[in-house]
Amino acid sequence: MTTAEPTDTAETTHRITLKINGRAYKQDVEPRKMLAYAIRDTGLRGTHVGCDSSSCGCCVVVLDGDTPVKSCTMFAVQAEGREITTVEGLGAPGALHPLQQAFWDQHGLQCGYCTPGMLMTSYAMLQHHTDPTDQEVREFLGGNLCRCTGYNNIVKAVQQAAQALRDDQAGKLDTLAAAATGGSQ
Amino acid sequence: MFPAAFEYVRAHSAEEALSLLAQHGSDARILAGGQSLIPAMRYRLARPTVLVDIGPLKELKYLRDDGPGGFLRVGAMTADMTLERDKHVRARYSLLTDTSDVVADPVVRCVGTVVGSLCHNDPSGDWGAAALAARAVMVVRGKDGEREIPIDEWLVDSFQTALQEGEMAVEVRFPTPDARTQGAYQKIERKVGDYATAAAAVQLTVDEAGRVTHAGVALTAAGPRPVRVDAAERILVGQTLSENLIRAASDEARAISEPFADTRGGVDYKKDMARVLVARGLRKAAGRLNLDLGASA
Repeated sequence: MTTAEPTDTAETTHRITLKINGRAYKQDVEPRKMLAYAIRDTGLRGTHVGCDSSSCGCCVVVLDGDTPVKSCTMFAVQAEGREITTVEGLGAPGALHPLQQAFWDQHGLQCGYCTPGMLMTSYAMLQHHTDPTDQEVREFLGGNLCRCTGYNNIVKAVQQAAQALRDDQAGKLDTLAAAATGGSQ
Repeated sequence: MFPAAFEYVRAHSAEEALSLLAQHGSDARILAGGQSLIPAMRYRLARPTVLVDIGPLKELKYLRDDGPGGFLRVGAMTADMTLERDKHVRARYSLLTDTSDVVADPVVRCVGTVVGSLCHNDPSGDWGAAALAARAVMVVRGKDGEREIPIDEWLVDSFQTALQEGEMAVEVRFPTPDARTQGAYQKIERKVGDYATAAAAVQLTVDEAGRVTHAGVALTAAGPRPVRVDAAERILVGQTLSENLIRAASDEARAISEPFADTRGGVDYKKDMARVLVARGLRKAAGRLNLDLGASA
């Protein structure tokens, strides 16, 4: 056997558990396996790999409920023990998340390849910033590229979702207040 | 592209990280946010054989301000976004706020760390110049305890720092600015998330009469390492800021700038931009200090 480059030698594999959308997936991975590929290997194919070099944001998933991360720039082993939310965790056909509904309503997509990343980055942003300006939406989505340049409708969609989530939150608070004061509505 | 093969070990405390570094020797690297290191590994520009992951270390995830006379202390696992979102930092640290707003893109800033960027020491990275202008201090820990390294000594050369084998950086400290200290970071980039075509960091402290008592001026992407423009600082200190003074100081930035030509621009253009950005930064800092630049403006 000829001497192989050290790059291609076998390496230790790690048995990891990825907690994705509330479900545990066991996998044997090499340390150099990227999280994006580990996620796709579970059968969840909503997480897209676009540029594969941290530039385009198609692979964004959310860690621990509020931190967006480009999953092509994180090793799967690093995600052990973290809560991962992918686009499949947002909603389902017939029960869309307000963000998904807004992207549908506003046609916040053209080819759709960037959509999962756009949704996940927007989701993470709205955890910290419930009432963003258009400019703030554009800035936060700066690391997510849409090759069809469908940005205007994406911004509209995020604003619609932000409004829907605020209304929803307000509605919940009203209900709680009513319950607390013994109201019937 | 997948990186070259490596071994992965997770540290559960800073002490354990140090003992893992000692055990694995010079080919081991600390993995913090990974937003510079992982792309470098994917392009095979970096080939560590062992990665010691300090990601889970909450003890290194902090942002603390001592107050007047002290430091803003930024832990090794503190992400850029943590600074960006911190109301106190936004209110008091104009240079750091300007900088954290333009590092890479927001998603990268949610994961990438300030200390990690300073350890990577890419001459086109934004934190190097900001740290030079703010007179930051790096804190590293080794088997014999901690040592503090002024940022000028820390940033040795392209992708090289004063970190010794077996040591890890645990904190960067920025002197707490008083009410008469303001700064600015000015950057030209081709698109969001790109490295700087050119960028400049400035920080000024003035006395009651408006005379500059301390000045920090530094450049990004203007040489093999982030560079402090000493000559500009000397011109500013002891003087009252004016358009003429800004012109003289920013000319020094052009003179010291040694950029290389690439797809972002040629040498002359980048040298010119170093001058323009220092001037813009000084004007912005002056505005934040409510200084009147006089009729010559």
